[in-house]
Amino acid sequence: MIVSMTLELKDIPGQLVLALSPISELHGNIMSVVHQHEEKTPRGTIPVQITFEIDQRVLDELIERLEKSGVRVARVGEERLRSSVSLVLIGHIIHSDIGDTIDRIDSTGFAEVVDLSLSMPAIDRTSSAYLVISATGEKELKKSLEILRDVADKKDLLMIEPIRLNSEGA
Amino acid sequence: MKTIRLSIIGFGAVGQGVARSILSKQGYINKQGINLCVVGIADSGGCEIDDKGIDLMGAITRKKQTGTVATCAESAFDLISNVEHEIIVEATPTNIKDGEPGLNNMLTALNSGKNVVTSNKGPLALRFSDLKEMAEDNGLFFRYESTVGGAVPIFNLVHEAMAGNTVIGIEGILNGTCNYILTRMAEERLPYELVLKEAQELGIAETDPTYDVEGIDSACKLVIIANSIFQDAVTYRDVDITGITKITPEALELASKNNYVVKLICEAGNGTLTVAPRLVPKRHPLAVGGTLNVASILTDLAGRITISGKGAGSIETASSILSDVLHIARNS
Ligand SMILES: NC(=O)c1ccc[n+]([C@@H]2O[C@H](COP(=O)([O-])OP(=O)(O)OC[C@H]3O[C@@H](n4cnc5c(N)ncnc54)[C@H](OP(=O)(O)O)[C@@H]3O)[C@@H](O)[C@H]2O)c1
Repeated sequence: MIVSMTLELKDIPGQLVLALSPISELHGNIMSVVHQHEEKTPRGTIPVQITFEIDQRVLDELIERLEKSGVRVARVGEERLRSSVSLVLIGHIIHSDIGDTIDRIDSTGFAEVVDLSLSMPAIDRTSSAYLVISATGEKELKKSLEILRDVADKKDLLMIEPIRLNSEGA
Repeated sequence: MKTIRLSIIGFGAVGQGVARSILSKQGYINKQGINLCVVGIADSGGCEIDDKGIDLMGAITRKKQTGTVATCAESAFDLISNVEHEIIVEATPTNIKDGEPGLNNMLTALNSGKNVVTSNKGPLALRFSDLKEMAEDNGLFFRYESTVGGAVPIFNLVHEAMAGNTVIGIEGILNGTCNYILTRMAEERLPYELVLKEAQELGIAETDPTYDVEGIDSACKLVIIANSIFQDAVTYRDVDITGITKITPEALELASKNNYVVKLICEAGNGTLTVAPRLVPKRHPLAVGGTLNVASILTDLAGRITISGKGAGSIETASSILSDVLHIARNS
């Protein structure tokens, strides 16, 4: 699951490492860290927003370890992927390393490929894929589309996007 | 009765369609107090000129029998500059390299005080603002409804019926050949090459289909939309174009399983002009099949308005030309 946490750190050096290391120790995958030095809480601590991917079963353990090390966990929430888009790719999808193509999206931390179907008619013919990308918000979705457009361009894949204007139907 | 004299420059499918519809709608037109009198017709072989009015059926028959309408050696240029009339209907072949012969025909007409009605995209895709400015400077009409969407009255709709609205964006299918190919590929699960061949046999695609399938024709139409509706002084070279030649039946099938069709969509808005294959939800008003054309216009007051209809055909195209001609006849 993707988790977003607001932690409160003491305003002394070394605190961020203190907060991040238990996440790594529990094999969490840190996606983003937003550190706001200027915005102190009334308690004099500095709020930090961390988004990471982690096995749900170790979440309690993580919170416990953080608090033991003096880091206050102010908020824990599951980060939902709120915006998604359907796409079709045509070209030498497999030969051009589909794993890498997907990884370019998944590794952003804010978007991932949540659905993928492939159709390969013959070894010498171009293949086609339908995929759905989900992201944490509209802005993130746009960014992930830009990344994929660039990848498609470099790998000589035709990328078919949905109509843009008012595409909800009606 | 007000007599409006016109010439038809280019006497192929469209030019002859115009002649036929003037003939068949004569009673209707006269009832409005207008008498349309064709005083000249030109094709690549020469002209027929008669200031009392040409026998249109006779001209169509002669064209069929001899291959040309010509009864005299005068050129289209002579006809446009030297014979007195109010409107030229310019229907020569589209040329997007230099716009000729249409461009010179239109410039000559506007220079010699004649209103222009045209179905020829070439000159408009290259020199729209010059042509429009010249018409305005000379107090003449320059109308081109049939250049985009054939029978579908996009410009009339936006400029007349939707006056007062600001257009936010336009999306549409403006090439019937591509729409036919994509529709058939999806329905029959056939590869592009096979369906193209079928379309060529049916006369829906040209022997050299490049212009249609590479999105060039669509791009020209988008340029006319951008100039006319968004007042952007753009040309054909400003459009980002992707054609349909790489599309596979498998891609269409995958899209269909997820409730989408793939269409070659022209898109203007946000200052960008794009022609590209796009996913369209199956129940969306843009998801029209066969050779149909469609335009969906998003405006601030009216919201979305979508119109579709036949994008080509001799009489269908003449419908838009006749409407432009009558607009000028009524307002001059
Ligand atoms: N067909 C449609 O459904 C449709 C729809 C919308 C727009 N348009 C546009 O309308 C225009 C006409 O299309 P069309 O289908 O009628 O084409 P077409 O059948 O090829 O007819 C073109 C006509 O122009 C004549 N012509 C060529 N060069 C000429 C010259 N230098 N001077 C005078 N006449 C000349 C040709 O003469 P010859 O007969 O001697 O060869 C022919 O009569 C094109 O620009 C096309 O893009 C067509």
